[in-house]
Amino acid sequence: MSSFELFNIAASAMNAQSVRLNTTASNMANAESALGADGKPYKAKQVVFQAVPMDASGKGQGVRVQQIVESAAPGRVVYDPKSPVANAQGYVTMSNVDPVEEMVNMISASRAYQNNAEVMSTAKTLMQKTISLGQS
Amino acid sequence: MFEEILSGVEEMNVQLDNALRFHQTALNLRAQRQEVLAANIANADTPNYKARDFEFGKALGTAMQGGVPAVSLATTSPLHISASAPVTNPQVKYRSEEQASVDGNTVNMDTERAAFAENALQYEASLTFINGMFSTMQKAISSQ
Repeated sequence: MSSFELFNIAASAMNAQSVRLNTTASNMANAESALGADGKPYKAKQVVFQAVPMDASGKGQGVRVQQIVESAAPGRVVYDPKSPVANAQGYVTMSNVDPVEEMVNMISASRAYQNNAEVMSTAKTLMQKTISLGQS
Repeated sequence: MFEEILSGVEEMNVQLDNALRFHQTALNLRAQRQEVLAANIANADTPNYKARDFEFGKALGTAMQGGVPAVSLATTSPLHISASAPVTNPQVKYRSEEQASVDGNTVNMDTERAAFAENALQYEASLTFINGMFSTMQKAISSQ
């Protein structure tokens, strides 16, 4: 095991949180999308985190995005007979993105990212002091 | 003559080793604890992750009392100078839960951040102690 594992742990978490931020951005951008890439209403995406051991000792566990799941919540239905995707009754099924939930997710992800960035800067300070050991 | 010098060197080496061993072990354990705490912070949003930590004082005590096997340099000649260092293998345990969360995660960010900051400071303190010992030795061996 090496002390540089600290960097890997913090980096893995920053990576995972930025994936989460990405999905949040994608969800927010598509909050009003009646059509997703597959031609169906856009489904909100959520990340699933999983802890991964960084070395054989298993003491330091990083995190990774295990999978990205689509929300099963029903889409919002609006009455818009002019829309080309409206059904016979004039209703359009929009995305199932909940903007409030996404905002909460975004704040949580950015705070978690900051926390890990700070872990990394502390690790850097400690390592710098360690490599200058005995030089003063 | 040569043998005498060699044994003198070895003697000094052992003394240097012994003088530094305590802080070396402490530093090692601080680094390991830092890693465990960083893992807790990293997994603050991982479902079913259980926060972990170890008791620093206890781990240091075990390591210093030789409760764990030491690694030593392999010597292939009687002229080689031997050296050994205790292996630090702390018992990592799960933190008791303070506030249950729905996803089974037990990381309390405030606790972790506080422990992380404290541990970083203690790590720096260990570095300062070692630096102090080095400068003391430098003074002792410089001709003044």
